[in-house]
Amino acid sequence: MPDLLIELFSEEIPARMQAKAREDLKKLVTDGLVTAGLTYASAGAFSTPRRLTLAIEGLTTESRPVREERKGPRTDAPVAALEGFLRSTGLTKDQLEVRDDKKAQVYFAVIEKPGRQAAEIIAEVLETAIRNFPWPKSMRWGSGSLRWVRPLQSILCLMSDETGSTIVPMEVDGIRAGNTTEGHRFMGAGRFAVSSFDDYRAKLLKNKVMLDASEREAVIWQGATNLAFAAGLELVEDRGLLAEVAGLVEWPVPLLGRINDAFLSLPPEVLQTSMKEHQKFFSARNPKTGRIEGFVTVANIEAADAGAAILKGNQKVLTARLSDAKFFWENDLREAKAGMSVWRQGLESVTFHNKLGSQAERIARIATLAAEIAPLVGADAAVAKQAAEVAKLDLRSAMVGEFPELQGLMGMYYAQAAGLPEAVAKAARDHYAPLGPSDAVPTDPVSVAVALADKIDTLTGFWAIDEKPTGSKDPFALRRAALGVIRLVLGNGVRLPLISLLSSFQVYLDKETSIVWSGFEGDDYIAWTSKSLLAFFHDRLKVFLKDQGIRHDVIDACLAMPGADDLTLLVKRATALQAFLTSEDGTNLLQGFKRANNILSQAETKDGVEYSFGADPKFAESDEERALFTALDLAEQAIAPAMKQEDFAAAMGAIAQLRAPIDAFFTAVQINTDNQIVRRNRLNLLHRIRAVCTGVADLTRVDG
Amino acid sequence: MAEPSPLPRSFQEIILRLQTYWGGQGCAVLQPYDMEVGAGTFHPATTLRALGSKAWAAAYVQPSRRPTDGRYGENPNRLQHYYQYQVLIKPSPPNLQELYLGSLRAIGLDPMIHDVRFVEDDWESPTLGAWGLGWEVWCDGMEVSQFTYFQQVGGHDCKPVSGELTYGLERLAMYVLGIDHVMDMPFNDPAAPIPLKYGDIFRQTEQEYSRHNFDAATTDMLFQHFKDAEAECERILSFAPEDPNSGKRIVMAHPAYDQCIKASHLFNLLDARGVISVTERQAYIGRVRALAKKCADAFVQTEAGGYVAEVA
Repeated sequence: MPDLLIELFSEEIPARMQAKAREDLKKLVTDGLVTAGLTYASAGAFSTPRRLTLAIEGLTTESRPVREERKGPRTDAPVAALEGFLRSTGLTKDQLEVRDDKKAQVYFAVIEKPGRQAAEIIAEVLETAIRNFPWPKSMRWGSGSLRWVRPLQSILCLMSDETGSTIVPMEVDGIRAGNTTEGHRFMGAGRFAVSSFDDYRAKLLKNKVMLDASEREAVIWQGATNLAFAAGLELVEDRGLLAEVAGLVEWPVPLLGRINDAFLSLPPEVLQTSMKEHQKFFSARNPKTGRIEGFVTVANIEAADAGAAILKGNQKVLTARLSDAKFFWENDLREAKAGMSVWRQGLESVTFHNKLGSQAERIARIATLAAEIAPLVGADAAVAKQAAEVAKLDLRSAMVGEFPELQGLMGMYYAQAAGLPEAVAKAARDHYAPLGPSDAVPTDPVSVAVALADKIDTLTGFWAIDEKPTGSKDPFALRRAALGVIRLVLGNGVRLPLISLLSSFQVYLDKETSIVWSGFEGDDYIAWTSKSLLAFFHDRLKVFLKDQGIRHDVIDACLAMPGADDLTLLVKRATALQAFLTSEDGTNLLQGFKRANNILSQAETKDGVEYSFGADPKFAESDEERALFTALDLAEQAIAPAMKQEDFAAAMGAIAQLRAPIDAFFTAVQINTDNQIVRRNRLNLLHRIRAVCTGVADLTRVDG
Repeated sequence: MAEPSPLPRSFQEIILRLQTYWGGQGCAVLQPYDMEVGAGTFHPATTLRALGSKAWAAAYVQPSRRPTDGRYGENPNRLQHYYQYQVLIKPSPPNLQELYLGSLRAIGLDPMIHDVRFVEDDWESPTLGAWGLGWEVWCDGMEVSQFTYFQQVGGHDCKPVSGELTYGLERLAMYVLGIDHVMDMPFNDPAAPIPLKYGDIFRQTEQEYSRHNFDAATTDMLFQHFKDAEAECERILSFAPEDPNSGKRIVMAHPAYDQCIKASHLFNLLDARGVISVTERQAYIGRVRALAKKCADAFVQTEAGGYVAEVA
């Protein structure tokens, strides 16, 4: 069984696109081969800045012949039907067979596809893959019409087995497949031919190309760590940067340099960001002080001077960059110490959204809301308001202008420089969090208040102006904001009455700001927006809890209960219910409850009355019936205090005690007797079961 | 592989070597365009000649002005007036990267000693309605050139595609010559009887233009000039192709494009004066782009733009 080697050699492929491109190549080619009837044992894809490579092992030499029979129209069917059938099969009328089928004569098409040689299939599949390659951005070059990420220079397409290798004949836009490639742009020895994947890989290595990105990553990481260690420093881990740098070099050569003392006073994050963004440098930290004192750059060449000129050049560029950063930092610090009033004024002329006003207006809204939320999260209202007023001022600082990803963090440094309370500084840093699902949730009360206010203001504002997310479109990241609120609330056990909070905030927006509502239904736009927003929170909460393993129907059962706008309470109830339902008592109790509820509902529908008058034990006829009365009394006595303390587990434990009496009751007692008084009493008793159980969670919504 | 050349000694030697190198590669070595432009791309030898089907190869120095970058001659790297070296070859040859690397060797940058890298950088000029894909070329971590395959100019697809190389001459030369402040860079041979540094020639002008661009330029007049250039561009293009005087078909693409260049520079000056707000900015860029598109439309109706008169 032959192996197949494909290499698409081009000018430099952007580093960020390489990982997906090699997987795309593998998928497009292997899918194509399999669809055409070939099979293979294994496939591996590789990439360097100048090549995408696919190695397939154990490919079949030809596809299996396929015989397909298709039944067509009856011979007496209208001509159009026959014509359609001929079109779809690609046959002529005299190629069809006529067979007896039940009581009629029917046309049959027998299509035989002979097996095809692998080479023929590979040529087709590869051309299709190249022409339809899903690059995020592609281009033309020269006079050709082919599109590729950068000019495609050569194609290597080779089948090999023990007896030798053959080029798969194919051509795309004038580029004919061959068996040659090139090594490193500068250190390689020109074009060379290869005979198999092993030969290819070995010759590349000789020509200073490491084919496997993960190998290059390992070499970079190992080399950089060693260099840092030898210099008494430790490398700052950065997986994203490592992957990117591995995509920028074919032959990684890490070099370590020192940061000029003049820049060591810059915050470590500034050094790190500047070096990473502009220069793709790794940072090296002094383990004793935690300061960033060195950098590692990764060259693509083994220079004769051991990298002296390269390091000197990089150092020079870094000095220019850090001089800029230092200039920004010192100017910003001066501004911060002067009270940041210039930044505050500046934000008045920065538009947040044309229907939601300037950044300054937005900050005023967030500050108002933060003060209202503060007591609910254990923060001082005045400090929360102050923090919200300061938190976004760094947007006008020079440093954030240069490095937007440092927003918040610079706010913290500048708040500290301004001599503001530490809680205010922390809130500046943390109020954007959590951004991603794995991002940590702030816990400092002032930070929590500002973070919640920031997100709730955004959500309420965009809801008011009818810019809600639709389908895959969520340009203002409102889903993320809602998830942020959910995680802030749950992570801190905050008790936030969302409906009243949203309503009172909207009354403020309505009275004190220029926001104009649109896209609501009915007259009461504030009530409508609150309800719609709460539904949005609940949707996001369901997604969030589903990831945590809580069932959809369990959440629905809890959403139907009062206080569902208190997300902490809601989740507490759902967690207890889920645990309850996975216990044996819970499962059985649910069966008993459902039985009681079904009989009761049917009777209520049939009789047109509600049986809620309160059952009387004096009409009980059997011990089992009397025992159920007693059990319900006990359960109610236990549930009331448990619910008061929001101890849902205890409440559900009390309900679980009903399982045996309910089962015994249904075994021994017939609900529908001729004695109408006894029957009514028993239905009223069932009602008590329903009332007791649904007082804890709406079990009618639970599946099973 | 060519032997690395001895290191150049001055700014002008680097320019001369690039001229010789690209002339040797078959490019027409043109002179700078005689108007104020923000970048070498604005020269009609690039913007207009990238359009249409005719082959083209040109190289030239282009003085470029970016009023907002003025620093009174004090910043080591920033200037409001600087030089770009520009190469445009259409269709882009398959060995353009190799040709480019040859030009680095010609000015003394040996890629066996230095770390030369092609790092993704997509180029876009909102004012010219142009974009392309390519790289910024890094030498030891410093961006020394922009390398672009033009995909669209003035809203027209480039067919064939041009390869464009832009060298920031001061930055590149400072690196090659080992200079830390641009004003300290030898302009002519430091051993010449009258050695001149970059600062001897440009420090004073940087001061004068910085002051002018930031504080003195009369904004009302600039706004009016912008409107005039815009109107003139459109008026020039409104003439019918047939010229009654010569009896020939003459589409005035270049004179119209001059007005587009003017409007673009006036916009840059207004921007430096800080009188264009964030929202207005987009609108002004859109107005210049609209002119660039009309000029591109006109150019492809000329002979140089590949227009062939229909034979009756």
